[in-house]
Amino acid sequence: MQISRRQLDKTAIFDVSGDIDLANSPAVRKALLKEIRDNRTPRVVMNLSNVRYIDSSGVASLVEGLKAARDVGSRFILFGLSTSAREVLQLSRLLKIFEVYENEEQALAA
Amino acid sequence: MKILHGVRRSKPKGRNGDLSRGLLLRLELPSDPSLLCAVRGAVERLTESFGFSAPDCRAVTRAVDEALTNIIRHSYNGRSDRPIEMLFRSVHGAATPKASEGLEILLCDRGPSIKRAQLCMRELEEVRPGGLGLHFIQQSMDIVEYKRANGTNRLRLVKYVRAPKQDVNS
Repeated sequence: MQISRRQLDKTAIFDVSGDIDLANSPAVRKALLKEIRDNRTPRVVMNLSNVRYIDSSGVASLVEGLKAARDVGSRFILFGLSTSAREVLQLSRLLKIFEVYENEEQALAA
Repeated sequence: MKILHGVRRSKPKGRNGDLSRGLLLRLELPSDPSLLCAVRGAVERLTESFGFSAPDCRAVTRAVDEALTNIIRHSYNGRSDRPIEMLFRSVHGAATPKASEGLEILLCDRGPSIKRAQLCMRELEEVRPGGLGLHFIQQSMDIVEYKRANGTNRLRLVKYVRAPKQDVNS
C-alpha cells in the first residue's frame, strides 16, 4: 500500500493505492490522526480510487479518522470506493455515517 | 508461505482420513500480516475456479482474510512467526435445497484456547473502531464453527455455491 498527501487550500487529500489490511492500516491511521489532530486541517479527503480491498482494521482506521474529525470540527470525506470497499462499509452499517462521493470533483465541491 | 496442494477437483481418496477428502488446496504460513495479500490472491482464484459468483468470491475472500487477521491479532498477539494451516475442501451434502456444492475452509492455529466471550459480536449500531471482523465472517459464510482440539484452534467456514436463478421464460 502507498499513501501520499496533497494540499488544496484548506483541504488535505490522501491518495491511497493498494489494499488496506492488517499489514498497513496502522500507517493509514497514523497519517489521518496526524492530519486531523496535529495539523487541524479543516477538510480531510481520502481518495480510495486505487484501493481494491479494505479489511475490518482498515475500516477501524477510517472510523478513528471520522471520530477525530468530529472531535476537532473538521470534515472527513471519502471518494472513489471500490465495490469491495463499499461492501464492507455496508456490512458494518457505516456507509451512511461517512460522507462518501463518487469522485474528487464531487468531494471537493461538497 | 507453503502451498502443499494445488487446485484439484478429484474424487475423495480418504488416504489421510477425513482431512484429505475433497482436498483442493492446503496452505501453511507464518502469522505474518504481510502475507495476507498473497492468501487473498490465492482464495480469489480458488473461489473463481470453484464457480462462485463475483460477490460470493469477495465474501469468501473477506471471511478468510478476517479469520486470519483474528488469528494473528488475538490468538498470536501480533507475533509474526507462529504457524497457521489452512485446508480448502470441496464438500457436498447441501444444507439447503438451493445449494449444491460447497467450499469448506479449515483454519488452524496453535494459540491459546479462545474464550467464548471473544466470539461474541458487538452491536453495529455503535459507531466505534474495532470488533467488525466476526461480523464480516458471519455475514459472508453459510457455516461458521469454532472448536478446540488437540491444542489447536480450528475455525471451520463453509460457503455453498448458489444454483443459478432459473429463467422464468425457459
